[in-house]
Amino acid sequence: MATAAKIGIGSAINRVDGVEKVTGTARYAAEHPVENLLYGYIVEAAIAKGRIVSIDEEAARAVPGVIEVITHLNRPHVAWTDHSYQDELKIPGSPFRPLYDDRIQFSQQPIALVMAETFEAARYAASVVEVAYAAEAHNTDFEVAVGDKYVPKKKRSGYTAPKNRGDAAQAFADAPLKAAGDYRLAPEHHNPMEMFGSTVEWHGDGSITVWDKTQGSQGVHAYLASVFGFSKKKVRVLNPYVGGAFGSGLRPQHQVFLAVLAAKKLERSVRVTMIRNQMFSHAYRPQAIQSIALGAETTGKLTAIRNAATTSTSRYEDNMENVVTWGLMNYDCPNADAEYTVAQVDTATSADMRAPGAATGMTLFEMAIDEMAYEAKVDPLEFRLVNYSPIDAMNGTPYTSKALREAFREGAEAFGWSERSAEPRSMRDGKELVGWGCATGMWDAQFSKTSASAKLTANGHLEVACATSDIGTGSYTVMTLVAAETLGLPPEQITAKLGDSDLPTAPVEGGSWGAASTGAAVQLACQAVGKKLLKAAGEIAGAPLGDAKMDDVLFEDGCIVLKDTPTVRVPFGDAMHAADLTEIEEEETAAPGFGDMWKGLHKSKNTHSAIFAEVKVDEELGVVRVTRIVDAVAAGRIINPKTARSQILGGVVMGVGMALHEETFPDHRLGRWMNHNFGEYHVPVHADIHDIQVIFVDEPDPEVTPLGVKGLGEIGIVGTAAAIANAIFHATGKRVRSLPITIDKILD
Amino acid sequence: MPTAVNSATYAAVPIGTVPTTLTINGETRTRAIEPWTTLLDLLREGEDLIGTKKGCDHGQCGACTVLVDGRRINSCLKLAVTLDGAEITTIEGLGQPGDLHPLQSAFCDHDAFQCGYCTPGQICSAQGLINEGKAKTREEVRELMSGNLCRCGAYSNIIDAVLDVIGEQA
Ligand code: FES
Ligand code: FES
Repeated sequence: MATAAKIGIGSAINRVDGVEKVTGTARYAAEHPVENLLYGYIVEAAIAKGRIVSIDEEAARAVPGVIEVITHLNRPHVAWTDHSYQDELKIPGSPFRPLYDDRIQFSQQPIALVMAETFEAARYAASVVEVAYAAEAHNTDFEVAVGDKYVPKKKRSGYTAPKNRGDAAQAFADAPLKAAGDYRLAPEHHNPMEMFGSTVEWHGDGSITVWDKTQGSQGVHAYLASVFGFSKKKVRVLNPYVGGAFGSGLRPQHQVFLAVLAAKKLERSVRVTMIRNQMFSHAYRPQAIQSIALGAETTGKLTAIRNAATTSTSRYEDNMENVVTWGLMNYDCPNADAEYTVAQVDTATSADMRAPGAATGMTLFEMAIDEMAYEAKVDPLEFRLVNYSPIDAMNGTPYTSKALREAFREGAEAFGWSERSAEPRSMRDGKELVGWGCATGMWDAQFSKTSASAKLTANGHLEVACATSDIGTGSYTVMTLVAAETLGLPPEQITAKLGDSDLPTAPVEGGSWGAASTGAAVQLACQAVGKKLLKAAGEIAGAPLGDAKMDDVLFEDGCIVLKDTPTVRVPFGDAMHAADLTEIEEEETAAPGFGDMWKGLHKSKNTHSAIFAEVKVDEELGVVRVTRIVDAVAAGRIINPKTARSQILGGVVMGVGMALHEETFPDHRLGRWMNHNFGEYHVPVHADIHDIQVIFVDEPDPEVTPLGVKGLGEIGIVGTAAAIANAIFHATGKRVRSLPITIDKILD
Repeated sequence: MPTAVNSATYAAVPIGTVPTTLTINGETRTRAIEPWTTLLDLLREGEDLIGTKKGCDHGQCGACTVLVDGRRINSCLKLAVTLDGAEITTIEGLGQPGDLHPLQSAFCDHDAFQCGYCTPGQICSAQGLINEGKAKTREEVRELMSGNLCRCGAYSNIIDAVLDVIGEQA
C-alpha cells in the first residue's frame, strides 16, 4: 500500500473542529450545562451621562422567580483601583467598572442585574426596574468633539507615532497636481453572531469555573482574580468555542464581571447573556475623520503626503489606533507628515475591531490615492507601481519580505484589469453602470510570546495544548497541522486543546499573531518530544539509529527515520517501550527573536494585499452591487490554504459591509445608538456577496516569524472598502468620501 | 428592553403552564410550558438542545432556524405552546458526529463556516430551502438564504455547499 501523502503545513484539510460545529455539539459560553442555574438580565442606563438618583426594585422583586436585583448599592466588594481593572490591552485611562457607583458614563451602561430562576422572569423583571436619574449634558456628536481633539499624553501599548520626512507642507504647496479632502468612517459595531455570555459554576469551595465569550481565557482569568480578589488557583476560565469576536472580546466584557459578581453574592451558579441590542453597549470601531492632502508631479510621482486623522474615544480612556502610519510606510514620497489625535464622546470606549487603525487609515488613504491617480491621469494600478516603495518608506527600513508587486500582477491578471477603460461612467451592463477599482491593503506581521505543550502517549496519540483561542480563525487546525508536520503523525492521531486558562500561556487572540505564535510554540514543544523520542530510541537493543542527532533524522508515519538510510525506521512505540516510557510530555515557549527572527530584528514586518473590485450601480436607484472581488494576498507561508482562504473571505465580506452598509447612528439628543439591532444595523447577507477570488502570492520569509507565517485575520478587510469606493467612482463619476457609501450619498 | 406591562397585573395573573406535546427529533414529549417561552429558549434551556443558536432573539439573524413540520422557521419568534402536536427537527436531529447529514458533510468540505455559530441555522435553513424545492440557481439560493446572517462572512462557501447538495439530489 502506498503511503498517503504527508499531511502537514500547507495541507488544505477540513477544519478539525468542523464536525462539532456542523452538528451543534460545539458548546459556546452560554451553553455549558450547570446544575441549578440562575439567569441574569442586564438593566441598562437610559441616559448618556449623569447620576443614578434612585432605583426602585420593588416591582422587579415581586416577579415570581426573581431572586435578587444587584446594583451598586448592594453589590459585593470589588477592587477600587484603576490598576486592578487594567486588562492586557492596557488602554490608558480609568477602565469602566460595572455597578461600581452611581455614575453614568454612557448610554446602555449596565446599572443593575436581575437574577431569576428563569431567563424569562429575569427579562421581564428587568423591564419593571424603575430608575431615576440626574442627567448631565452630554455630547455624542463626534463632528463637534473633534473641535477638542488632542494627542493623549500616555500612549497605548502598540501605538506607533508617525515619523515625518522632508517638508510636506511646502511640497504640497509647490505640487503641480493636488488632491485633498476629508474622509470619514462611520462608527461600526463588531456584532459577532454569538452574543456575549458567561456561565459561572459555583463550586461552593470558593472556586469557580467560568465559560466566557472572550478572545483570551487567561486575560479574563487575570482580570477576575484581580477585580474580585480570587486567588488565581480558584478561578478557571474556558472558551473552547467562540462564536466570532473580531476584537470585541479582546477586553473582558461586562457580562463576565456581572456573572461572577452575582455568583459571589448569591453563592450560586449563574448565566448572564447580553441581548442583541446590548451588543451595542460596549466595544465599537471608532468613528474617524482623516484629512489627506497629496501632491504629485504630472507624471504621477508623489511629492507630498499629508495625513491627519482623529478617531473617537470615551471620556474615561484614550483608545488609540495606528491610523496615519500606513500611507507613509507604503509609498515612496520624499515629503510626508502625519498627525494623529483622538476626540472624546460620551459613549463607551471605542475598541479594536478587525485590523484596528489600518482598516480605517489605510482604506481612507487608498481612496485619496485613487483621486490623485485620476488627477494625474494615470491608471490607478500604474499609479501605485510608479510610487511603489520596496522598503518601509516611513522608517527607512527594509521589509523581511514584501511581495506586493507580485500581488498586483497576479491580482490584475485574474481580474482582467487590462480590459478596463479609464474614463468614469464608460462601462455599462444593461441599465447598470459598471466600475472597476483597486486598492492596497497592509497589516502588521506580529509575533507574541506563547507557550505550548505536547504529550505523546505510547499508543501513538499526540495532544498539543495552548491557552490560545479559536474565534473561528482555525487555531485548532493550525495547531494540528504544525504538530502533524513536526512529528510526522496523521491529524487523526492528534488532538489540539485550547481555550482554557489552565493551559500553557498565550496572549489574547488578535492582531493576526495567533497562527505564527501558537504555531511556533507547538513546533518547539513537538521538537522537544522528538528529542526525547530519539534519546529513548538509544535504549533499543542494537541501537538501530546509531548515534544519530536530531539533524540526522526525520519523523514520518509515527517513526523516527534516518535521513541517509530511510529504510531504518524506529516506531515511536518501540522507542518509548525500550526506555520504559508510557508518555512523553514537553512544554516550550516561543519568544520573539528565536530562530532566524533575529535577522529580521531591524526590519519592518508586514502583510500586503492588492484588492480589485467590480461594482454595478443602478443609475436610477443608486443600488450598488459588488459583483466581483479579487484579493491577492502576500502573507508569507500559509499553514492551511482552505481555512486561510476563509479568513480572507471573511475579511473581504466585512470590507463590503464597511463600504456599503455598516454604520451605527447615534441619536445625539439621547446620546444613544439608535439602530442597535440587525434589522437596522446592516451587515452583508448572502444576497450581497457574489464572486470573491482569493490568491495567496508566494512569499517565503524565514525572518518574519519562525514558521514564516505572517497571519491573516486582518489583512482581508484592509483596503477592501477603498477598492469598492474607487470602483463606485469609476462607475458613476461621483466621489463619495465617507463610508459607508449608502444609496442617499450616490443619488445626492 | 421589552415593553413594560403593569407589574401589579403581572403578579395577579396566576403563573400557569400549558401542557404541550412536541415531537423533537423524533422523540415525543409532553412538557408543562410557560406561555411566554419561545421555542428557542425551550430547546436551549429546557431540552439542552444547544445546537439551535440565539443570535438576536428578534427574528433578524436566522441563527435559531429549525424545521417545524419540515418548514424552516425562526424559533425565537415562535412561542412553544403554539406548537402542540408539531414535529420539530433541530440540527441534532439532522445528523450527528459519525452520521453526518449530506449538508453537514458539504459544509465541512467547503469550509462553510468559521466560528460555527450561525452554522446550525444555515444548515437547517438550507434543508428547509431544499424542502421548498424552489431554489436551483446560485442566485436563487443566495436570495432565499439571505435570512441567515454569517458575520464571519462564509457566504460564498455556504452557497457552494448548499448547491453541491441540491445538485446531488436533482
Ligand atoms: S435568534 Fe432568531 S432570528 Fe436571530
Ligand atoms: S461562521 Fe461565524 S457567523 Fe457564520
